[in-house]
Amino acid sequence: MHKKLNTKTKTIIHVILIIGAVAMILPFVWMILTSGKTVAESTMIPPQILPDSFRWENYSTVWDALPFISFFINTGLMIFFRILTSTLFSAMATFAVAKLEFPGKNVFFMIVLTQMMIPPQIFLTPQYLLVQNLGLLNTVPALVIPGLVSAFGTFLLRQFFMKLPDELMEAATIDGANIWQIFYRIYLPLAKSGLVSLAIFTALFAYKDLMWPLIVNMSQNKMTLSAGLASLQGQYATNYPELMAGSVLAIIPMVILYVIFQKRFIQGIATTGGK
Amino acid sequence: MEAHNPQVNTLTTKKAKLNKKKNMMFWGWILIAPTLIGLLVLNIFPVIQTVYLSFHSVSTFGQSTFIGLENYIKMFNDADFWQSLSNTLLYAGIQVPVTVVLSTLAAVLLNTKIKGLSVYRTLYFLPMIAAPAAVAMVWRWLFNSQYGLINLMIESLGFNADIQWLSDPSLVLWAVIIVGVWSSVGYNMILLLAGLQEISKDYYEAATMDGASKLRQFFQITLPLLTPQLFFVLVTSIISALQVFDVIFVMFDVTNPSLSSVQSLVYVFFHESYVLNDKGYGSAIIIVLVLIIMIITVIQLLGQKKWVNYD
Repeated sequence: MHKKLNTKTKTIIHVILIIGAVAMILPFVWMILTSGKTVAESTMIPPQILPDSFRWENYSTVWDALPFISFFINTGLMIFFRILTSTLFSAMATFAVAKLEFPGKNVFFMIVLTQMMIPPQIFLTPQYLLVQNLGLLNTVPALVIPGLVSAFGTFLLRQFFMKLPDELMEAATIDGANIWQIFYRIYLPLAKSGLVSLAIFTALFAYKDLMWPLIVNMSQNKMTLSAGLASLQGQYATNYPELMAGSVLAIIPMVILYVIFQKRFIQGIATTGGK
Repeated sequence: MEAHNPQVNTLTTKKAKLNKKKNMMFWGWILIAPTLIGLLVLNIFPVIQTVYLSFHSVSTFGQSTFIGLENYIKMFNDADFWQSLSNTLLYAGIQVPVTVVLSTLAAVLLNTKIKGLSVYRTLYFLPMIAAPAAVAMVWRWLFNSQYGLINLMIESLGFNADIQWLSDPSLVLWAVIIVGVWSSVGYNMILLLAGLQEISKDYYEAATMDGASKLRQFFQITLPLLTPQLFFVLVTSIISALQVFDVIFVMFDVTNPSLSSVQSLVYVFFHESYVLNDKGYGSAIIIVLVLIIMIITVIQLLGQKKWVNYD
């Protein structure tokens, strides 16, 4: 910030921040430690902090007990298709709203903003009935459907497209390109950082969503990681080490993505909070 | 040559302009079509359908019979509904202010010239990326009255540690609030930090020259200039707090006798619609939640002029 901070102030700041950081990671540490314990070790009074030896068997037991491979595949496919359709469709719509003049565009943008302000639970039952009527309960498409398009994405990308100069459009028109080519070949590549942010958000929201996968896909081999993990709870109500091993397995993919794309995550979030 | 025939010239440009307009309209509609159709089918029509369902009794396969206001009358007389409404409001009323204060504190401390900024930022954000089921499960274990780490820590501080976090009706909501705060501080901190970094250093330099203390600078400069981000954080935090569900669903079994002291409106909506299969009643509950959220949001939008600083 402004004036140089003296050492004492710096120390106080660090102490406060470290207390906060410990509180943030403690549950994860406890999750990992418990996942290596025996049931007896996990239920000692007072609690035993470290397992005598780390029991990797808990991981293989829980891996065999539940169709984890299906959970990963279902989650992966849901995320892949949601990213594919929602980023492409959102980019198309945003380009039209930001760079073209046509009647109806303001009404369209109003619909986008309205959707964003309505709590999503209100869509849930009609979406469920739609999926049911299409005969798609317990399928991967059922997981994808609510995320086919994204009002949030259309809104998020707008600020990226608005920044791109209109002159590109004029220049390309003179060169004989049609509007689709201008969108696809010129503007879309330039909005790449916005698209990546949107893809990360889409993946994160889809991965964390619990209620939708829980209601549409009741059969275990069609569940996502989130829902599958929640169902694990009923099966293993007392075996906490195995529950924790399952939890670690479920959070690992997103932690890896986070470590790789950390800057994108944080920038993406910072841009949504703009004025 | 062209100069000889100005009339033809304007005519062709007019025609070209008209063509260009038509072309833009054609592409404009094509480009918004997927999103527009998707939003209409998946979002706009469902809102109307949910309102419709709330006046109906809905069978398992979606057939519905008109029953007028019966669902709403049932809700009015349903003790569970009122309890869940009060749980939801209490949850939001405590979780949101605590989260906003803590995220502001974290953001301000991180906006100083200290080492390790990116490490702290990474760690604070970690709860945001974990699946809620995993998070709620480990917290359930941490809160365990016998084997849990939390009671152990309280005991080691010298307090009586026989705290029944997950079964004492007066405490269960607090357990959910603690998890709620823990999982949202990092996200809001990043939004606020972005706002802080936009504030020009000149303000602080001038204030320091005038001899203003750090605390005074915080209240006179930082806080007022941060109000746009604080407003955004407040509005979005309230909206998401009023929709609390995941943590309650995973931390409390259906058989937990204290469930009624912790269940939220969304939880009751889920339970009525998909466990008890009364989608009409569930729809009525969600309509009430949406109305509450809309009213609170509109009040905030109207009230923002009083305290939010837009330059």
